[in-house]
Amino acid sequence: MSAHSETTRIAIAHETSQELGLPKDHRILGIWIFLAGECAFFASLIGSYLGLHLGVAHGPTGAQIFDLPLTTVATLILLTSSLTVVLGVAAMQRRDVRGMQLWLWLTALLGLFFLEFQGYEFYTFYHGGLTLQTSAFGSAFFTLTGFHGLHVAFGVFWILLLLFQSMKHGINEDRTTKVFVMSLYWHFVDVVWVVIFTLVYLAGKVG
Amino acid sequence: MAAITERVTLAHRQAPSYRGIWAWIASVDHKKIGIMYIYAALFFMAFGGAEALLVRIQLWQPNNHVVSAETFNQLFTMHGVTMIFLVAMPILIGYINAIVPLQIGARDVAFPRMNSLSLWLFVLGGLFMYTSWFMGGAPDAGWFNYVPLSGGHFSPGAGVDFYDIGLQITGIGTLMTAINFLVTILNMRAPGMRLLRMPMFTWSALITMLLILFAFPPITVNLILQMMDRLFHANFFNIPLGGNALLWQNLFWIFGHPEVYIVILPAFGIISEIIPTFSRKPLFGYESMALALSVIAFLSFMVWTHHMFADGLGPIVNTIFAITSMLIAVPTGIKIFNWLATLWGGQIRFTTANLYALSFIPLFVIGGISGVMLAMAPADLQYNDSYFVVAHFHYVLFGGTLMAALAGLYFWFPRIWGRLLSERLGRWNFWLVFVGFNVTFFPMHILGLEGMPRRISTYAPGYGWTTPNQIATIGAFILLAGMLVLLYNLISTFLRKPDLEQDPWDGRSLEWSIPSPTPEYNFAQVPLIEDRDAYWVAKRQGKELPKAEPLGPIHMPSPSLSPFFLALTIVIAGYGALLHVDWLALIALLAAFWQIGLQLVHEDHGYHVHPDVPAGGAAE
Ligand SMILES: [Cu+2]
Repeated sequence: MSAHSETTRIAIAHETSQELGLPKDHRILGIWIFLAGECAFFASLIGSYLGLHLGVAHGPTGAQIFDLPLTTVATLILLTSSLTVVLGVAAMQRRDVRGMQLWLWLTALLGLFFLEFQGYEFYTFYHGGLTLQTSAFGSAFFTLTGFHGLHVAFGVFWILLLLFQSMKHGINEDRTTKVFVMSLYWHFVDVVWVVIFTLVYLAGKVG
Repeated sequence: MAAITERVTLAHRQAPSYRGIWAWIASVDHKKIGIMYIYAALFFMAFGGAEALLVRIQLWQPNNHVVSAETFNQLFTMHGVTMIFLVAMPILIGYINAIVPLQIGARDVAFPRMNSLSLWLFVLGGLFMYTSWFMGGAPDAGWFNYVPLSGGHFSPGAGVDFYDIGLQITGIGTLMTAINFLVTILNMRAPGMRLLRMPMFTWSALITMLLILFAFPPITVNLILQMMDRLFHANFFNIPLGGNALLWQNLFWIFGHPEVYIVILPAFGIISEIIPTFSRKPLFGYESMALALSVIAFLSFMVWTHHMFADGLGPIVNTIFAITSMLIAVPTGIKIFNWLATLWGGQIRFTTANLYALSFIPLFVIGGISGVMLAMAPADLQYNDSYFVVAHFHYVLFGGTLMAALAGLYFWFPRIWGRLLSERLGRWNFWLVFVGFNVTFFPMHILGLEGMPRRISTYAPGYGWTTPNQIATIGAFILLAGMLVLLYNLISTFLRKPDLEQDPWDGRSLEWSIPSPTPEYNFAQVPLIEDRDAYWVAKRQGKELPKAEPLGPIHMPSPSLSPFFLALTIVIAGYGALLHVDWLALIALLAAFWQIGLQLVHEDHGYHVHPDVPAGGAAE
């Protein structure tokens, strides 16, 4: 095989791989695929809730117990955190590390506020007579919102780890991808909450 | 001074090295991980087989009492759980690990450490479930574990908890395998290997991983709901407090039907590799094969209610699901005819691998036909919960999946282990398994039509069930003999020196284009792909495969023990929850999340290897 044809082939190979237009970093495709699986996970949980939410036994119904103003505030807080994480990623892309850190701190803080609201909500429901053991509705409600809350909590933990890493070692291309991947997860968790807010709280208050 | 600094930097960059068993535990090499998957699957197969033999011995004659009814329930439950979750899936995932990266010209998978985590979640999760035998009894509510039978009232022991938690653990591992191989296949193909140039086994892996991605979350949710019911007294399946028993069935079969395709599509893929190779012809109808895989995968999500025909969901629901179920016969039939057309006019070589592959076709057709019979909703009410169902799914799972897995073992053994299995022993192995399988399972069709219900621990004389049961039990022992020949073949082959033949079958795809044993970096130079069956075409033209890159140092990921310890932590959390040691469960769960977090910020610099230049000398 002549050296000439070899170089041509390598050039062609390079072209072909660009032609495919695939993302360079596996982690970005990986997180999208992971989130597709998470969609199926939450769809199954929400489906179970919708199938069981009328099974209230002797306990309270959703219409009786949901506190819509409280949940609306929590929803707004979580939606704002999607904005702050976008601003954080934008700052990172401008190579403004301090800006990125600031927005990520704020995102983590908003996430914690949301968890605070959820904790308060669980506490009042518990004293209002709705627990995991009260009825199928109670089981489905606490399991669904609890798993969402766990996702938020893990997201906060993830943000904090990335913040400490960037404060200790600065930022580089690899860590940029790490932050970007986390931001996609964070948006997903927010979108799931919008679905839960609509199908569980709003529809529950109406129905 | 400068030299010293440089050496220090190099040492820092040096990968941690592990010895002996730790080298395997810490390995992130897809080839070693594939080997461990296959070993573990064969290990669990011995247990699943022993359970089946005990079931067959118990059913030898009417009013037999070799085992108690309670033990019998545990035996058939664990037999089903083992064979599906700990044998069929892992052995196929083992081949996918060992072969798919080679077939697409990749050096590893997209996430090597996550791959190791998948393996250890499967191995430790499987062992976790098996410890149930010593901790108060194994799961005993059947492999699909219906409520209310599996609820706290009727199954007060810990058996079902082992099922719920064990399958969650192995399931997370399977889900991560899906993410890993989807990214690997979509992102890491050698230059020029378009989707429609991929070998059919890789195609089957791609579609299987999509099925796993969408089928495993529903079962995970189902297992979580039941765990909440059993451990924390929730009411998902507790009817007096508003629960619903059909929820379990729906979520289970939304997973369960795709699951049968998760274990059969890779088998289709294996057959699609072996038949062309041993016919010396390209696969007939390549595009239609890929399309059929995709259509089957799509349809498999809209047929689950055919497992619930006897529930009384009404004629409309039953009709719709009967029709969608029967529709699957169309793409499946296309595949059967394509294999036959591939054989047509080929120079067929009857190696053991090909014998297994050829036997797959009629056996799977029998299972497919009894499947269409079961899909007819009115007729299903007659077959439902009888031995006819048992005969049907053994023809597809054993006659289909396991025959293909054994075909794959003989076919890829020289690639994975650098040795050829004995063909003489292989023939004994094949014929004993083939005869034993049919003698065991064919009479079960008749038993079912004669009304013998599945899962009964014994029966009265006078129903005409004794003779078919005795034939089946004799068949099971012929099968045992066949599997012992396989074991002997494996052991004697491992005791021989490796033959290290690169391409013993005149193979078609890239896994045969590299030296044996496969170098740790797989390809010294990634090939440039210009055809389907590129390696076979290059051989026919008397040329080398063109290279897509110059020779140079190759970057490798570092081995790591952290996936193993993460999997171990998750299993400890499982024991904590199961034994109601809440503090242990909580601490282990927090430790697991801590480790996951560390993995997410982990930075692996890996190390570089310099490939050996092949004897022929590669172009610079
Ligand atoms: Cu099915």
